[in-house]
Amino acid sequence: MNVVLAQIQSCTVNMIRIKCPYCGERDHSEFAYGGDASIKYPNLDASKEEWTEAIFFRENIRGFQKETWHHLNGCRMWLEVDRSTITHEIKSVKPCHPDLQKIMELKK
Amino acid sequence: MTSKRLDNYGKINRDKIFSFSWDHKNYYGYEGDSLASALLANDIKIIGRSFKYHRPRGIMSCGVEESGALVTVGTQDRKDPNVRATTQELYQGLVATGQNAFPSVNFDIGGINNYLSRFFAAGFYYKTFMGIPPFEWGSGTSIWMFFEKIIRKAAGMGKLSRLPDPDHYDHAHDFCDILIVGSGPAGIAAAKEAADKKLDVILVEQDNLLGGDQLAESDFDIEANYTELKSLGVRVMHRTTAFGLYDNCVLGLLERVTDHTGIVNQSLPRQRFWTIRAKHIIVGSGSFERHIAFNNNDIPGIMTVNASKHYLNRYGILTGKNIVITTNNDSVYPTAGALFEAGAKVTVLDARRDINLEKKISDNIEVRNGCVPYNINGSREINSIDIAETSNNPFRKTDTINCDHVLMSGGWSPAVHLLSHRGEKATWNKEHLCFLPGDTKEKISMIGSARGIWNKDDCIKSGIAGTLEAMNKMGLSKTNYFFPKEGGWKNAIQPLYEVKYNKSRSKSFVDYQHDVTADDIRLAHREGFISVEHLKRYTTLGMANDQGKMGNIIGISLMADLLDKEIPEVGTTVFRPPFTPISIGALAGRNVGKHFRPLRITPMHQWNLNNGAVMIEAGLYQRPWYFPKKNETLSDAYIRETTIVRKSVGICDVTSLGKIAVQGPDATEFINRIYTNPFAKLPIGKTRYGIMLRDDGMVMDDGTSWRLSEHEYLMTTSTAQAGKVMSWLEELLQTRWTDLQVNVTSVSEQWAAAAISGPKSREVLQNCIEDPSLIENENFPFMGFISTNLKGGIPCRIVRISFSGELGYEVYIVSDYANTMMDMLWKEVKEFNGCLYGLEALGALRVEKGHVTGAELDGRTTIEDAGLAKMASTKKSYIGSAMRKRGVLDSMEREQLVGFFPVNKNQNFDAGTIVCEKDNIEGFGIGRITSVTHSPELGHWIGIGFVKGGKEKWKNTVLIGSDPVRNKQMELQVVSPHMIDPEGKRMHA
Repeated sequence: MNVVLAQIQSCTVNMIRIKCPYCGERDHSEFAYGGDASIKYPNLDASKEEWTEAIFFRENIRGFQKETWHHLNGCRMWLEVDRSTITHEIKSVKPCHPDLQKIMELKK
Repeated sequence: MTSKRLDNYGKINRDKIFSFSWDHKNYYGYEGDSLASALLANDIKIIGRSFKYHRPRGIMSCGVEESGALVTVGTQDRKDPNVRATTQELYQGLVATGQNAFPSVNFDIGGINNYLSRFFAAGFYYKTFMGIPPFEWGSGTSIWMFFEKIIRKAAGMGKLSRLPDPDHYDHAHDFCDILIVGSGPAGIAAAKEAADKKLDVILVEQDNLLGGDQLAESDFDIEANYTELKSLGVRVMHRTTAFGLYDNCVLGLLERVTDHTGIVNQSLPRQRFWTIRAKHIIVGSGSFERHIAFNNNDIPGIMTVNASKHYLNRYGILTGKNIVITTNNDSVYPTAGALFEAGAKVTVLDARRDINLEKKISDNIEVRNGCVPYNINGSREINSIDIAETSNNPFRKTDTINCDHVLMSGGWSPAVHLLSHRGEKATWNKEHLCFLPGDTKEKISMIGSARGIWNKDDCIKSGIAGTLEAMNKMGLSKTNYFFPKEGGWKNAIQPLYEVKYNKSRSKSFVDYQHDVTADDIRLAHREGFISVEHLKRYTTLGMANDQGKMGNIIGISLMADLLDKEIPEVGTTVFRPPFTPISIGALAGRNVGKHFRPLRITPMHQWNLNNGAVMIEAGLYQRPWYFPKKNETLSDAYIRETTIVRKSVGICDVTSLGKIAVQGPDATEFINRIYTNPFAKLPIGKTRYGIMLRDDGMVMDDGTSWRLSEHEYLMTTSTAQAGKVMSWLEELLQTRWTDLQVNVTSVSEQWAAAAISGPKSREVLQNCIEDPSLIENENFPFMGFISTNLKGGIPCRIVRISFSGELGYEVYIVSDYANTMMDMLWKEVKEFNGCLYGLEALGALRVEKGHVTGAELDGRTTIEDAGLAKMASTKKSYIGSAMRKRGVLDSMEREQLVGFFPVNKNQNFDAGTIVCEKDNIEGFGIGRITSVTHSPELGHWIGIGFVKGGKEKWKNTVLIGSDPVRNKQMELQVVSPHMIDPEGKRMHA
């Protein structure tokens, strides 16, 4: 993430806390927002049209949406976060990678 | 108004006397005084000048809603403008000055604006500087720019010092179960109840003393309350403002740590910016007493009723001798009694006809029912007040009362600000004439007068109910609780917002701070700005630093009246953080100066400095810029360094490049998918230059990857993109290609690197490694890679790559050995009369070769634009392959990488120059120059950049380089970007 942007962000009130499955609950300033976690990226040899759909078209959700966050200044895990765009409430956080998900389940 | 200190009143410490200066004169006050109370004790009447009309203003309140007594505190770099004198604690040596006045608030030349006031009505600037009628003469930006300077001088508030802030500020974080805002009767009750229930409680109070409105009671015991709260374990934060309420019960607080001492304490921050996470928030932020709009309602000597009670019982000051209290509600009567007992003559004008008071008041207080204030006579102080009777419509003067002090109470407005920050709309209550906080689903409870409860006993009950509600919402209990009903006065409040003056020119202020009058509201209505949001912006109602705490409701009620609507239909504007102004310094905290962002240094940083490097920041890194000999300028130095590299040899610290270890059985497949060019068949011991695209087909970064073994690569990235590429690879592996068995690790810090460039570089390197034969040309061709040892058995990795176009190598070594390596290399380089070179020479060498960097790969460039189309494989799919030829990206008209020569070889140019056709020098032109350098080899300035259609289209045409920023223009010739050794013979030598 852009360093200056991160600085500006750290100057504002940190409202969101994300429960990283590996590191525990942390301020969102440790994380970088990724994107829409519901997108299934097509194969590399897929058509231009499929890629256009995957890259440029997004739902503008009012309510809970699945999004990816990168624990940039932590364990560097990519996480799937179910967050409300209205209240910032977070329903669930899990690793994006299915194998990491399994390992985290076992740890519990 | 004649104010004086009384002997037997107040909570100040008369044993400790402070001297302070006001407008360059010395005065005295006591410990426990506010600046305002100390000024009142010295009977100083005029404290400020108003925003537009420069009217004299005095102290109008006793708290954060103050609109009159805005002053500048401190001097030079510690000058703090727009400080509310009412909330500034007095300290020994405090220096305060009046503002928005010349030469002083007492005599202000700008006061002439008051006589020109009919020209300065709402919307004056918008109308006038859109052009002057009848022909809209002078419309446009330039006339505005001209007048703006004058206007900014005339209107406004305090001036900043413009010097760097010498104080430091901290950011702090904390957690608690329940956070209570406000320590009035409700807040204290809530805190005690919660602490009793063994909850972790923080009580926040913006004042230096606990008590809230109880500070205006003569018998309130601050110490006892404080001790009890402490013994219960309540964490009390005073001098701390809850300025904003955010999602998930996150509260922003500003703690003033040393503002009240005037002492610079290096071990303490001036202010602390707190982020507190509570499980539940209880807001007992109190309420504000409103004023009444009537003619000349701003003459010094005017004040809200409750404020005078605070001055009496907190500061021991009787604010007037002959006082007229005007009201529409019951709240003023205890104050009237107290002021009378303190020795003032008191007359009450109550707008209501029939009232029946709870407690009988002294017969010596004259109460005139059905009377309202109509006009104040006086200019610098109050001489008398004209009164009108409610029975007359329209109002007219019926009587005049001589007085020196007028107190107003137009009703009370709960401070619903914090709830408003959460987007909860307040609802208008017709019975109590105020906006009451609405219900919220969030874990927030409103208590006390912030809930519209006026009666103290009920406030205490509401505090306890608030804690019970909190515990229920937190799931800790299931107790029945109830909040007392709003209100609490025996007689109903009667609407009274404006007493309309019947003469044409009136000054009935609605918003004191921005000089918004009732007439301005009517003007806005006539001109169609009837929505409350438009009204606000057109008249600037509620946009001063009190954010409409007193005046907003009057403004809204006037608009409702004009529209013949009810107040709820007109609505209210949303309050946004901060509740009171907070300094930028507190927001920045410690992220200033050198700490604004982290600084990265390479392991040979000190080595570079020892050898005379001048450093420059690149990305976050400190990199050597150039190594000047005696008296050399930057330009001298880099030209010398460049020349020596081309002729003999030079070394350069290139540690800042990103380095990523890519390991695992699928490493080859992974690398092959992310680079545009084929990597599947890269042999072990070879390295390859690669380009990465983004999903959308634009170039993301370039770099090299070396195959260390069957399943292991080392990837280098550009300095600037190192972090981004690392995140990107992690994203791909963790979210998209979860079946690939690959691990990526950043090893940027682990490896130091030096580039050795120039025809003599092989000889230099051979003298430094254990087995010189390993890097003979036939054993170690261009793009080769080996792991070997430097002399002394120091393991290193060597790649034969070249950014300069010369024969060149990069040597990578474990960071701890960086200095040893540099010593070793430098000793050999000196043998060949070589040099150290910095980033400037590195840039010159690469521009001569037409190599692209971040200046060219700026996120808008396709691989074709960059002239690297042959690196885009057609035989495989990779990230970006589907999208890179979509639509406009495939157009022949796109900008392509070219080289530029000045036609006149003595001319130079700068990066950023716009390239245009000869007869069409305008707009974005047809291209741009991105990187420039003086080329010692060619003997003139050269540049690379982009031009639409590329070299083929323009090679025989003279183009114009236009540099409007530097006011330069030159003729350009378009050439190949590969300006030196285009066949690459040298680097293969």
